Amino acid sequence: MKTTLLSWGRYPHFPQTPHGVPWRSELPERFTRLRTLHKTTLAFGNGRSYGDSCLAASDQVLSMRRLDRFIAVDWERGLLQAEAGVTLAEILSLCVPHGWFLRVTPGTRFATLGGAIANDVHGKNHHRKGTFGCHVERFGLLRSGEGALVCSAQEHPELYAATIGGLGLTGIIEWAEIRLERIRSSRIDQVTQRFGSLAEFFALSEELDRVHEFSVAWIDCVAKGAATGRGVYMAGDFATRGGLQVETSRVLSVPVVPPVSLVNRLSLRVFNEAYWRKAPERRTLKPGGYAPFFYPLDGILHWNRIYGRRGFQQYQCVIPWDDAEAVMSALLQAIAVTGAGSFLAVLKRFGDAVSPGLLSFPRPGVTLALDFPNQRGLEEGLFRRLDAIVREANGRLFPAKDAHMSPADFRQGYPEWERLEALRDPALQSRFWRRVTR
Amino acid sequence: MKRYLIIGATSAIARACAREWLQAAAGHPTERPSFFLVGRDAKRLDQTAADLQARGARAVTTQTCEVADVATHPALLASALQALGHFDVVLIAYGSLPDQAACERNPSVALEQFAINATSVIALLTLIARHMEGQMQGTLAVITSVAGDRGRPSNYLYGSAKAAVSTFCEGLRARLFQTGVQVIDIRPGFVDTPMTEALDLPRRLVATPEQVAARIVRGVRRKRDVLYVPAFWFLIMTLIRAIPGVAFKRLKL
Repeated sequence: MKTTLLSWGRYPHFPQTPHGVPWRSELPERFTRLRTLHKTTLAFGNGRSYGDSCLAASDQVLSMRRLDRFIAVDWERGLLQAEAGVTLAEILSLCVPHGWFLRVTPGTRFATLGGAIANDVHGKNHHRKGTFGCHVERFGLLRSGEGALVCSAQEHPELYAATIGGLGLTGIIEWAEIRLERIRSSRIDQVTQRFGSLAEFFALSEELDRVHEFSVAWIDCVAKGAATGRGVYMAGDFATRGGLQVETSRVLSVPVVPPVSLVNRLSLRVFNEAYWRKAPERRTLKPGGYAPFFYPLDGILHWNRIYGRRGFQQYQCVIPWDDAEAVMSALLQAIAVTGAGSFLAVLKRFGDAVSPGLLSFPRPGVTLALDFPNQRGLEEGLFRRLDAIVREANGRLFPAKDAHMSPADFRQGYPEWERLEALRDPALQSRFWRRVTR
Repeated sequence: MKRYLIIGATSAIARACAREWLQAAAGHPTERPSFFLVGRDAKRLDQTAADLQARGARAVTTQTCEVADVATHPALLASALQALGHFDVVLIAYGSLPDQAACERNPSVALEQFAINATSVIALLTLIARHMEGQMQGTLAVITSVAGDRGRPSNYLYGSAKAAVSTFCEGLRARLFQTGVQVIDIRPGFVDTPMTEALDLPRRLVATPEQVAARIVRGVRRKRDVLYVPAFWFLIMTLIRAIPGVAFKRLKL
């Protein structure tokens, strides 16, 4: 069936023509054909990257989603080998009943295994477990020059490091083997407590992150003045009892793309006030499923459509420890003044686990992520002010979410980029990479 | 523990069915199914087998076979029986989408395509039916197509081959009824598979192999006779079948 693909933010609008890869054994032939026809291409997973890092410069992508087979599992040691197009949801469906979970999971289970590696994604346990790439034993990499290689910390270590967080540019990830996490129950004991200011967040995170496996905070991005940075702190741990249940509930779907964004100043203010008020003032312990805890938005299919035809952009930065509190406060004030933003604003403290990835985004510090409905002046106005604050603080932005970062900011944030460029497969090029390395 | 013989096991619909059968047995260690997979390409069969094994299959055996070569069928059946012992479900899922224009130009292309989609299936069914009759149980599930319901100018070679199999299945079903063997004629509409990759299909009518598999597995469990997949094709085809011949020949379908 003929179709075209966009990134998750539906911006920038460069529809991608997918070229399906139904079999792993036929990947070399498909890759060769595509690069003969279009010079460069890029592997496309399930389209969960927000900006243009998953868009091919040629707009012709190798669609990897059909490579969704498992290759081998070792339930004794918790090792899973699968093709790159398998989604994290499919991995969980297989593993949870056996008492295993992903060691690191991002906020959606609809990302693919290959995408999770290429973006070196992180999750609510970064302070304990680091990034997804920290738990990748080895993977198969197909390069236009060398053919199929197996990369691990021992074999082709340079390519192993460059591919983790390498935005799909070092070769096509064919398959990967990851280490899993033992769980006794798939339930989560969740601790919730709202906070009234940014200082309170830092205090809570200081106190509770060390005792809990998972933690994250929701931030009310429209709160101003003394309430700047108010939000809800959520921490959790896997329960020790309660069964091993795969959670697949998908209740709602956004069926069409509305002409204009449904997220606006009014809806945002009303929602945020209600959400903050609803959260418990005092520390509350409540058991729940893993899906609402890790993947609250996966319950609404196509939620990215609520931002309308123009799509949205996510702004995610990390600010080093030293003056994180002051910098976060400056960022949140700059955002609150405009009244822009969205329901989804997240604050999380990163730990100091080092990823093997060359261009891995997380670093010790605090990360802020929030969505903005796309509108005229967003990049020239608010984003430019935020970029200046991040630059000044020696922070950096997450390429997987980005559609606007300047080449200068990219090079300052990722000084290792030239090593990745040297290892990049010349037959692979993304719109993101072409934009920031120009 | 169910035993499945799947011919055309590397097709997107067949793979999705096998996964669905495994999913249905998940959580019941004693119910882990066994598979005998038949296909043309050894590499594809291996990749499929590893996937089913990882998903909890008790045993997966593979064999390559060129089904159009009818002489190979008896040996194929013998090795499948040796591996599985008996068949609970036999799924015939292979087929090709012929180039209608080429079939119109060249009778040997037309007959070759008819052999893949019709005569080889009939040969296999004849052979397997004799065995199933002796078993006195089991299900023969055959994937045909909605295209068999009416001969359309755009693909009547494919349509007539599927129609032949459907009619054959109807007779076979009646013949085997007393023995307890069920014959299911599965008629999918548009499915998003490698076979239809190059086609410009009406999006709303295209189902995923997973949706199709879920309905097939349910249909097999409920021992249905004819299964339109997805169900709305029953309505569409009822309407299309109702168009009188005089009008139908004037439509460019």
